[in-house]
Amino acid sequence: MDLKVQGLSHRYDDLEVLRGIDLTIRQGEIVSVIGPSGCGKSTLLRLIGGLERPTEGEVLQVGEPPADSLNPLTYVFQDFALLPWRTVKGNVSLVLESKGLAQAETDARIADVLARTRLTDFADAIPKQLSGGMKQRVAIARALSVNPAVLLMDEPLSALDSQTRELLMDDLIQLWAREPFTSCYVTHNLNEAVRLGHKVVVLSRRPGVIREIVTIDTPVPKRSISDPALAEIQQSLWEMMREEAMTADMELADG
Amino acid sequence: MADEPERAQPVKFRGGGFVSKPRRFVAPLVFAVLIAIWEWGARAGWISPLVLPAPSEAFEAFKDLVESGQLLRHLSASLQRLIVGFTAGTTLGLTVGTFIGLFSIARSGLAPLVAAIFPIPKIALLPLFIIWFGIGEGSKVATILFGSFFPTVIATYSGIDNVDRGLIRMGQSFNLTYRDIVRKIVLPAALPAILSGMRISASISIILLVAAEMIGAEYGIGAYVLLAGNLMATDQLIAGVAMLSILGLTVNWLINLAERRFLKWRA
Repeated sequence: MDLKVQGLSHRYDDLEVLRGIDLTIRQGEIVSVIGPSGCGKSTLLRLIGGLERPTEGEVLQVGEPPADSLNPLTYVFQDFALLPWRTVKGNVSLVLESKGLAQAETDARIADVLARTRLTDFADAIPKQLSGGMKQRVAIARALSVNPAVLLMDEPLSALDSQTRELLMDDLIQLWAREPFTSCYVTHNLNEAVRLGHKVVVLSRRPGVIREIVTIDTPVPKRSISDPALAEIQQSLWEMMREEAMTADMELADG
Repeated sequence: MADEPERAQPVKFRGGGFVSKPRRFVAPLVFAVLIAIWEWGARAGWISPLVLPAPSEAFEAFKDLVESGQLLRHLSASLQRLIVGFTAGTTLGLTVGTFIGLFSIARSGLAPLVAAIFPIPKIALLPLFIIWFGIGEGSKVATILFGSFFPTVIATYSGIDNVDRGLIRMGQSFNLTYRDIVRKIVLPAALPAILSGMRISASISIILLVAAEMIGAEYGIGAYVLLAGNLMATDQLIAGVAMLSILGLTVNWLINLAERRFLKWRA
């Protein structure tokens, strides 16, 4: 299933956030979206997944999601959004309950995603016992358990320290290599965008418009931290954004 | 200069303090010492028995109460009123509070009403309740019910207001039903606020219980204390007041137990 964003514009009262976004996310492809803070990246993601209604334009699902997908458009949130009173297993089962699955199927799905995210040993821990990286792995496990057609990731690594981030990025790359998933990956971190994205969409500052879409041909699993070609792309992206990031930094919050 | 040996001295420690550490034996000791002084003062005669009877006398009065079978009568009458009134008030309060928390119409309609009635000392309404529900159990239970209802309503809806919107958005993003979001996300997340509301409504209930029993009841701890006061039987009075203290502590302990059981997940 592909996702097609057509002529998407969004405003909050007088504040124009996004203007005329056209974008296609193809099956099996990770599309990174970067931009200075406050450029509407997260809003774009919420619009894509139907958590908010666009002022103009539409988001189309092209083709059918896989038959066993319980929730085609699935989010991974920056703040993990785990229920603190449920165990790791309970947090995953939350999204499978009342979906009409047999108990055996539910258990199998939970066991499978916990194994894929290397959380099997922590199935009965509760969130306050886990580190930030582990919490985000639980959130990723939860997202994978519903067999999403598209994973919508909203700065999933931004709340983590840089070492954990590196580890989790490896995890994501491995997960993708084993079973390519489709994803829209919003981040303000250029390195993440370049390491994970098949396409990198650069948004301008508010109102966000697409400035450029950079395609990266190196296969995702083969990209390394020290790849000079990637470093060059990252550099050029940074030059593109530098001005705007500076202006965004100087802006006063309204209100 | 460079050859001169430098004077070395250890860095002085200046952190520490400002942390309360549990000292288990202190509290029982304070109690024991206070009671000992009291007992000694009464026996030595510099505390008049009419003003404040010795603890041992109060204990004697308590023993009389147990042996005459009156304790069970007073206590069961009080507990019954407390349990019925508090349970009904809390249940209703939870229901109304949840509605106010979830639905804008309920909030616009009921929240101002709750705000208007909450500050009325419910004991002032007792005469009205006596007219409505009779001089018997009805009016006393109604007073306690009213007293515990309002704090529960307010605790419940403000608890729901403070639920992390991110968790609700998460529930929606996984297509959970409205019912499931309320049952599995909103209410558990509001539970800490609900339990601390219960702590308040429980102590209000005990106050109202005693007040209602003092105004008109044959049995009950409040009636017992009032009668003792009228007869100047201060030993019985102290025994009754001690029972109230124990009742309050028990309720508090039960709520602590519930918090420890249900809120283990809190950081």
